Amino acid sequence: MAEDTGTIEARGLYHRYELGDKEYVTALAGVDAKVSRGEFLAIIGPNGSGKSTLAKHFNVLLLPESGDVWVFGMNTKDEKLTWEIRRNAGMVFQNPDNQIVATVVEEDVAFGPENLGVEPAAIRQRVDEALTSVDMAHMRRHAPHLLSGGQKQRVAIAGVLAMRPGCIVLDEPTAMLDPRGREEVMKTVLDLNKKHGITIIHITHYMDEALYADRVLVMDQGRVIMEGPPREVFLEKEKLVSLGLDVPPLGRLSEALGRAGVSVRPDALSVEELVEELCRLKSGA
Amino acid sequence: MMSSGVIMGQYYPASSPVHAMDPRAKILISVVFMVVLFVGNNFYAFAIMGAFAGLAIAASKVPVRLLIRGLRPILFIMAFTMVLHLFLTPGPAIFKIGSFTATWAGLIQGLFIGVRLVILIMFTSLLTLTTSPIELTDGLEDILKPFTRLGVPAHELAMMMTIALRFIPTLLEEAERIMKAQMARGADFESGNMVKRAKSLVPLLVPLFVSAFRRADDLAMAMEARCYRGGEGRTRMRQLRMAARDFVAFGLVIVIAALVIVVRIRFGPVVSRV
Repeated sequence: MAEDTGTIEARGLYHRYELGDKEYVTALAGVDAKVSRGEFLAIIGPNGSGKSTLAKHFNVLLLPESGDVWVFGMNTKDEKLTWEIRRNAGMVFQNPDNQIVATVVEEDVAFGPENLGVEPAAIRQRVDEALTSVDMAHMRRHAPHLLSGGQKQRVAIAGVLAMRPGCIVLDEPTAMLDPRGREEVMKTVLDLNKKHGITIIHITHYMDEALYADRVLVMDQGRVIMEGPPREVFLEKEKLVSLGLDVPPLGRLSEALGRAGVSVRPDALSVEELVEELCRLKSGA
Repeated sequence: MMSSGVIMGQYYPASSPVHAMDPRAKILISVVFMVVLFVGNNFYAFAIMGAFAGLAIAASKVPVRLLIRGLRPILFIMAFTMVLHLFLTPGPAIFKIGSFTATWAGLIQGLFIGVRLVILIMFTSLLTLTTSPIELTDGLEDILKPFTRLGVPAHELAMMMTIALRFIPTLLEEAERIMKAQMARGADFESGNMVKRAKSLVPLLVPLFVSAFRRADDLAMAMEARCYRGGEGRTRMRQLRMAARDFVAFGLVIVIAALVIVVRIRFGPVVSRV
């Protein structure tokens, strides 16, 4: 098999958790997924759909029971490559408190490069760069427990950045944050994707966050059931609602407008787009 | 935050020559100082060591008031040992209470032990007051590194200290939150005798422990995801460097040690034993 060094890919990925005595629960039942370098992929799905399990496979925190995961051409089953894959596909977790190791912000950002055995002077430079990228350079000497949730997640992202990854996998990074923190984190993630060309795999259950992605993957019961650009995926409202997923509120608004006789473009899913659309309708009328 | 008088383990930020010293030098000096303090067996030795400690305190810019406040938690132990010595040392009597006899020798011996404790606490507090927890763990790791071959887990100890320091505030916050949640449901943590109060802590400790284990699990995974694989092959961003002042300070403490040994041989113990 020719492995593509420009993609992250899961092929026929199957994984189950052992519950106890010969009892298993299948988390991933044959998943095929592919992300190109520089792409922003959002993965959505109800609780227990297997999205977190999938995420952990990209970082070799879990190994496939059958099937393969390739990270930029490296198979995660190859033990010699484990650390290189982990460096290359950094991971940000849900709970901001439980992933910060050190007692000072900059020390924590240095943790990754220190583990990689980078020269001290080069670590300093990487830390400064990473903190600037997430706009936390002014708080480098702060104690992590005094930061807000959004700030902690940005520190966690900086910690991953300092390892110079090609891809960042974010496993529901905004689930425990307030709206302001969510906004901070999303802005940072987008920035890294657009300006630094870092591949993003963003797992979330907030539909409006998935709107920023180039492509959305919808998972249910361990399978990928829908895939495509967010605007196309969100058009299938009934299907999403039947999964217990919420359609972005603006989608519901335009639907209601349609029922009231004001037919707007169905793919106007951001506030700006809808405003524009309504203005266009008004001036046209 | 904490109103109790415990100052050991607290950091007092300031810019002073003592703060600027290499943590390894400070730790080693403290260790030597403590050993010498127990080698010294008369008040001449304490005068020399007290002068050294006074010099260090003055140079550190740590308010003396703060150091004196730090003695409060050991007042009871001090009083207790002094009283024990007063009554249990044989010699000419001062006064009698029942079958207990206070002696002159006991009084001197008690005072001697008291002074030793005061110097000990003040000097060791100075170490933590002038050294941030990070520097302290860095320094300890570096000092213990040569003993790794003998089975001393230097890196692991330092990592444990760092994680403990990192999570103490987080867990305290959580304990407070759980406590409030339980109080909102009618839990009572404040009344009753010792046994009852200890029992009322169970509904606080159980969720706290469960959560701590979950955090540990998460943290271990996050560390692994960031390529943590123990101390081997690991570098550090912060590099420790000994400067002239560290060598001068260390030289000084060696001189003090020599002086104390001379004084010990020349003058002998404060209370001569029979």
